[in-house]
Amino acid sequence: MITVDGLTKRYGQLTAVDEVSFTAEPGRVMGFLGPNGAGKSTSMRMMVGLSEPTSGTAHILGRRFGELPNPGREVGVLLDASAQHGGRTGREILSLAAGTMGLPKAWGDAALERVSLTPEEARRRVGNYSLGMRQRLGIAVALIGDPDVLILDEPANGLDPAGIRWMRDLLRGFANDGGTVLLSSHLLHEIEVIADDILVIGNGRIVARGTKEQLLTEGGTLARSADPAALAAALRAAGHASKQASSGALHTEADAGTVGQVALATGVALTELRAADSTGLEEMFLALTDDSQRDGLRDETDTKTEGTAA
Amino acid sequence: MSDVTIASGSVDTPPHRGRPAGTISPIPFARILWIELRKMFDTRSGLWLMASILIVAALATVGTLILVPESDLTYESFLSAIGFPMNTILPLVAILSVTSEWGQRTALTTFTLVPSRARVISAKAGLCAIIGVSALAVAAVLGAVGNIGAAAFAGVGATWDVGWQGLVLFAMANVIGMGIGFMLAVLTRSSPAAVVAFFVYYLVVPIVSTAVAGVQEWYADHVHWIDFNTNVNRLFGAGFTGDDALSAQQWFQLGLTGLVWLVVPLTVGLRLALRAEIK
Ligand SMILES: Nc1ncnc2c1ncn2[C@@H]1O[C@H](COP(=O)(O)OP(=O)(O)O)[C@@H](O)[C@H]1O
Ligand SMILES: [Mg+2]
Repeated sequence: MITVDGLTKRYGQLTAVDEVSFTAEPGRVMGFLGPNGAGKSTSMRMMVGLSEPTSGTAHILGRRFGELPNPGREVGVLLDASAQHGGRTGREILSLAAGTMGLPKAWGDAALERVSLTPEEARRRVGNYSLGMRQRLGIAVALIGDPDVLILDEPANGLDPAGIRWMRDLLRGFANDGGTVLLSSHLLHEIEVIADDILVIGNGRIVARGTKEQLLTEGGTLARSADPAALAAALRAAGHASKQASSGALHTEADAGTVGQVALATGVALTELRAADSTGLEEMFLALTDDSQRDGLRDETDTKTEGTAA
Repeated sequence: MSDVTIASGSVDTPPHRGRPAGTISPIPFARILWIELRKMFDTRSGLWLMASILIVAALATVGTLILVPESDLTYESFLSAIGFPMNTILPLVAILSVTSEWGQRTALTTFTLVPSRARVISAKAGLCAIIGVSALAVAAVLGAVGNIGAAAFAGVGATWDVGWQGLVLFAMANVIGMGIGFMLAVLTRSSPAAVVAFFVYYLVVPIVSTAVAGVQEWYADHVHWIDFNTNVNRLFGAGFTGDDALSAQQWFQLGLTGLVWLVVPLTVGLRLALRAEIK
């Protein structure tokens, strides 16, 4: 469990993280979603004691990170997969982590297996690794101590779609075993695939939170039918506004059950009825991204961190 | 905007998976020492840096045998020939042990596994001192071997003009050099910056100091109250001239300038390294 309360970080004039509060529960995968420069990495650095908060607190398993006697055994952390000495082999990096935690040698092999790195790959120097391989190694380092909590900053960066699904399954399994996961991403799609709960951050502030279902169904319902005009009229009569998309599908705020009943009562045959795509979340997220990209023009750091999972 | 609260559990009873809370023991310091030692040797650059200490010591011994006329060869000839390159490499070892964490950004991993930066940095400092003293022991032995070999070759008795006290002062001067390196490393947390600063301190400052002393009488009279380097060099000097001792005033000057040049900036640097944000 991760409990964050009023976490704030100011750099001079800039408030990079502004009163962020949330609780990440065991058994759940929480996605921390926000455009580049939103304050995800800064928040995570404060959670793990690499950066002193201006105000606010972060507790992991009820303790401040610095109070954990052997943090690797309780919290697996991956902040930047590229932050490794390129001259060390993957195996050596794992051994150093395992050695620090005081783990038996065999745990290193188990961790490699969990992230699907072959022994041959582990013997190579990480300077020659692709970003995807570094992410896997970073996850192995995070997992090796069999922790209760994972804190991962942009772990899906550099992974292909199959890799993202692999990550989802891995984190799902971890959460099902009672673990708590917090992972960040600047891509809505990644979070949609991987997370159970979503925390949206923009310009340092939490702007939306909820379970994935809650946030994604805010988009309403999409109904395709033989006679969209008749269905729209019937919905209006029942007090529900609707919009007809160019494809002929109706988009309405009413839930799927209501739409089905109205269609049945009106005698319009439905050809498709489902929750609309994550339009609400997506639009909000796009608006945030636009905002921060405009901000980004006056802030070089954003360009620098883009694509490096920093 | 929806504001659904996901939180529902209590902060007081964090659930641990299959492991009762409080069963995890703290990381012992010996383990941190061992891991930090390993990190000094487990990259090619690190390994070569360490190997270069031995290689250079061996080369200096051989060079002395070849270049210095047999009649002039004493233990001191060997020690100073080995000591000069050591006095350059050892501070680099100290610098890189610290700055590589920031340069390669391994600090991100190091300090999330051991949140107490003070423990990691003390381990590094302790290892630097141990490596320094071991390297000097090697230098002393190599020098002795060279000295005995040269004397045997010439068919005369070896000249032992540096006693154990001299060796201690020699070691002390070298460890201070490493301290300077360590200080610059925690202060800058950047390999290039610390290395450049070290060479400025080590090569440029003495030249400037000597030049100023040449034209400024007051400075020349008080140089030992100002220039730390000159006092450290006296340690080498005392070791090598066989005086084997510094006067009380000389010790005081060493301590005073050391406080200003080494202890104060080291304290500032340590505070920075312990507190600064790591990214
Ligand atoms: N050391 C720093 N000094 C000044 N500004 C910083 C510093 N670190 C981060 N920032 C700024 O804080 C904001 C949040 O950055 P970050 O946490 O890296 O965002 P994210 O990880 O969401 O992309 C950005 O505007 C960034 O430029
Ligand atoms: Mg980031």
